[in-house]
Amino acid sequence: MAPHHARRERRGLLLAVFAGGIVGTLARAEVARLLPASGDAWPWATFAVNCAGAFLIGLLVTRLQERLPPARFGRPFVGTGLCGALTTFSTFQVEILRIAHDGHVLLAAGYLVASVATGLVLVYAATAAVRRVRLT
Amino acid sequence: MSAWAWIGVALLGGVGALARFGLDGLVQRRAGGELPAGTLAVNLTGSFCLGLLTGLAVTGDALLLAGTAALGSFTTFSTLVLETERLGEDGRGRLALLNLGLSLAGGLAAAGAGWALGAAL
Repeated sequence: MAPHHARRERRGLLLAVFAGGIVGTLARAEVARLLPASGDAWPWATFAVNCAGAFLIGLLVTRLQERLPPARFGRPFVGTGLCGALTTFSTFQVEILRIAHDGHVLLAAGYLVASVATGLVLVYAATAAVRRVRLT
Repeated sequence: MSAWAWIGVALLGGVGALARFGLDGLVQRRAGGELPAGTLAVNLTGSFCLGLLTGLAVTGDALLLAGTAALGSFTTFSTLVLETERLGEDGRGRLALLNLGLSLAGGLAAAGAGWALGAAL
C-alpha cells in the first residue's frame, strides 16, 4: 500500500473508534443519569449497559465477521468504539468494592457473578442467533 | 447537566476509546500470546485510576468527566466477555477462565490499591 493510502486508512480507523466511543459514552452517561447509583443497592445502570453491550458486541461482531461483506471500519466503530465505550469495567470494579466496603459482601459477590455470567450468556446467545441465519 | 458538560463527556469518551485502542494494540503486539493481554492491561490500568479518583473523593462534574466519561470509556466489559467467550468456543476453556480470573482479581486489586493510595494522599 502506498504511504498516503496507509495514512488515510489509519486516520479512518482512528475516526471510527473515536466516533463509536462518543456514541457509546453518551448512551452510558445518560443511563447513569436516569438510574443513579445509591450506595448499598444493585448498580442497575452499569449492569444494564454492560449486559446491553455484551449482547450487541456478540451480535454485531459476529455479523461483521461471518455474515457481512468485509467492511474496513465496521469492527473499529461498533466493537472497539461503540460497545467498548457503552460498557465499562472500571466502574464495575469500583462498585463491587464500594458495596463490599459498605458491608454488603454478598450483594457485591452476587453483582460480580451475575454481571459476568449474564455477559457471557448474552455474547453466546447473540452469536448463536446470528449463526442460525443461513448464508445465502 | 450543562451542555458544556455533555460536550466534555462526548469528547472524553471518544478520547478514552482511542486510548484503549492504542494501549490494547501496543500491549497485544508486545505480548503476542493467546491471552488477550491488551484488554487486560487496559482494564487493570483504568480500574486503578478510577479507584484513585474514588479514594481522592472526587465528585460532581470532575468525576463525571474523568470517571464516567474518560475511564468508563477507556475500560471495557463487552470486549472482555467477547474475548473470553471466543476462547471458550475455540476449546481453550482454561485460558478463558485464566482471562476472567486475572481480569477480576487484578481489577479488584488494582481498584483497591488506587482507592487506598487516593485515600492516603
